Amino acid sequence: MTPIAPLRPTAVRAVDPAPRRRPRYWLSRFAPLAPALLLLLIFFAGPMLWSLYTAFTNLALTGSSTVDFVGLDNFTRLAHDPSFLHSLELTLVFVVGSAVIGQNTLGLLIALLLRGRSRLARSVVTGLVIAAWAVPETIAGFCWYSFLYRTGTLNALLAHLGLAQNWLYTTPMLAVILANVWRGTAFSMLVYSAALSEVPPELTEAAAMDGASGWQRLRRITLPLIRRAIVSNLMLITLQTLAAFGLIYVMTGGGPGTASQTTPLYMYQQSFKFYQLGYGTAMALVLLAIGGLFSAVYLRLIRLED
Amino acid sequence: MTDLTAARRGTSRAITYLVLAVIAVVFVLPFLWLVLASLQPGAALSAKPEWTFSTENFRAVLNVDTVYRPMLNSVVISGGTALLTVLVAVLAAYPLSRYQSRFGRSFLYIILFATGLPITAVMVPVYAMYSRINLIDSIPGTIAFMTASSLPFAAWMMKNFMDGVPISLEEAAWTDGAGWFQSLHRIVLPLMIPGLTVVFIFTFVLQWGNFFVPFILLLSPEKQPASVTIYTFFSQYGQVAYGQLAAFSILYTLPVVVFYSALSRVLGGAFSLTGAVKG
Repeated sequence: MTPIAPLRPTAVRAVDPAPRRRPRYWLSRFAPLAPALLLLLIFFAGPMLWSLYTAFTNLALTGSSTVDFVGLDNFTRLAHDPSFLHSLELTLVFVVGSAVIGQNTLGLLIALLLRGRSRLARSVVTGLVIAAWAVPETIAGFCWYSFLYRTGTLNALLAHLGLAQNWLYTTPMLAVILANVWRGTAFSMLVYSAALSEVPPELTEAAAMDGASGWQRLRRITLPLIRRAIVSNLMLITLQTLAAFGLIYVMTGGGPGTASQTTPLYMYQQSFKFYQLGYGTAMALVLLAIGGLFSAVYLRLIRLED
Repeated sequence: MTDLTAARRGTSRAITYLVLAVIAVVFVLPFLWLVLASLQPGAALSAKPEWTFSTENFRAVLNVDTVYRPMLNSVVISGGTALLTVLVAVLAAYPLSRYQSRFGRSFLYIILFATGLPITAVMVPVYAMYSRINLIDSIPGTIAFMTASSLPFAAWMMKNFMDGVPISLEEAAWTDGAGWFQSLHRIVLPLMIPGLTVVFIFTFVLQWGNFFVPFILLLSPEKQPASVTIYTFFSQYGQVAYGQLAAFSILYTLPVVVFYSALSRVLGGAFSLTGAVKG
């Protein structure tokens, strides 16, 4: 979970009176931040700096060999590792397919369709979409596993058409993408419902009087007005999808073969199954760099007020 | 308005409701198996309606090893994490909400930046660190990391809730010489009970469903929370005891449902988690 742009007006702050004896004054003011700062240093900054170091060594979990400095070897190996490149490609497909296209579009569509609908329709649809979001990811994985399995619900429905097959084997990427759209759409829907509620209805009504079609009103008026919400949403769902692990791991385990092995799953396999911690850390750094980049772009977009 | 436009409006309304109905059905389908299979003795991996129901599956999994201990571990781990997170977040939120300074602003930026980092990737170096200092398979160690990972977002939410408490109330206390702890404890906290509840529930629910972190950090089955043991159950018996897996899944999901409903109560009327998310 990540926050969206701050909307609530901030409280009026205490005006900084010219402080006497500055350092002590400052210390007493920011002392309550210490525990948070400490936790972030130990669990974020520390491990990340350590991984910067480890990524340049041949550290393996087995502890048999000594740790040597290997320079850029891990990264050269990454760049020439077909499995890693394949996993990056799958991650891209997964993020674009399930988040950028799937959740984003479906979330916007549901938010648009629900505008001005009856209370009952609103609560049934949002309730179901949010339920899919609220269940733990392992349970979401089981639900979709059983839905798409050879003897699953979908095949029971499709049996009459002669299309029954084990979808997890024949179309593993499509399967995990659909499951992630199902699971993640609620977030986009909530973001867009909030954004749409701030679009003044007079604007679209006036355009309708002038004879603009529904599609024109959407493209020319509504979408430009919620532009910021769209960009924020795209950043946030990309960040949430980039490192998805549990859902894919439960449904396909990255298989069959490596057909759905995205980078987080490959990183898991290398670090914790094959005990190649140095190599796994190099991959973690690549993921962190991509995540950090998106996070930084998002920060520039929301511009903290005050 | 002519009859024609009225008719067209009627059609577009009908289409809208039709599309919404299809969306609702698609979203409910994957849940079907869960509910049906849990109630059917000898359920298979499909939601074939067999109209014989019993609570046999629930009775089969309701024992110490399958449900009680993992759920208790989940309560300890998610509850401990949520409590610690609220405590640290409330302390951090006070200076961030009350004093303007360049330091506070940069700290907010760091917090927001950290909320975006993929925890899955942070996990690899944290594992290496934990294995060096013997914190693998330790529940307190796991709680510490989970607290750190839920802190950025919690501190951000908390700061926004605290901004809603007018500062004028504290000014009187400040002139009477009250320190930050007193004014936080006596004046601000009592006024933001809903905010504290939201952050607690939010963190609790998120960590209740957290699979990856305990999956990596906790090795012995007697220490693992339900999120991990339910996966073990799935990979060991998923093929033969679907009904029991479904029953376990429902029991494990139940607290989430209860807490989410409580959350919508706290936030008043309609489900407005967006409000909390937006701050």
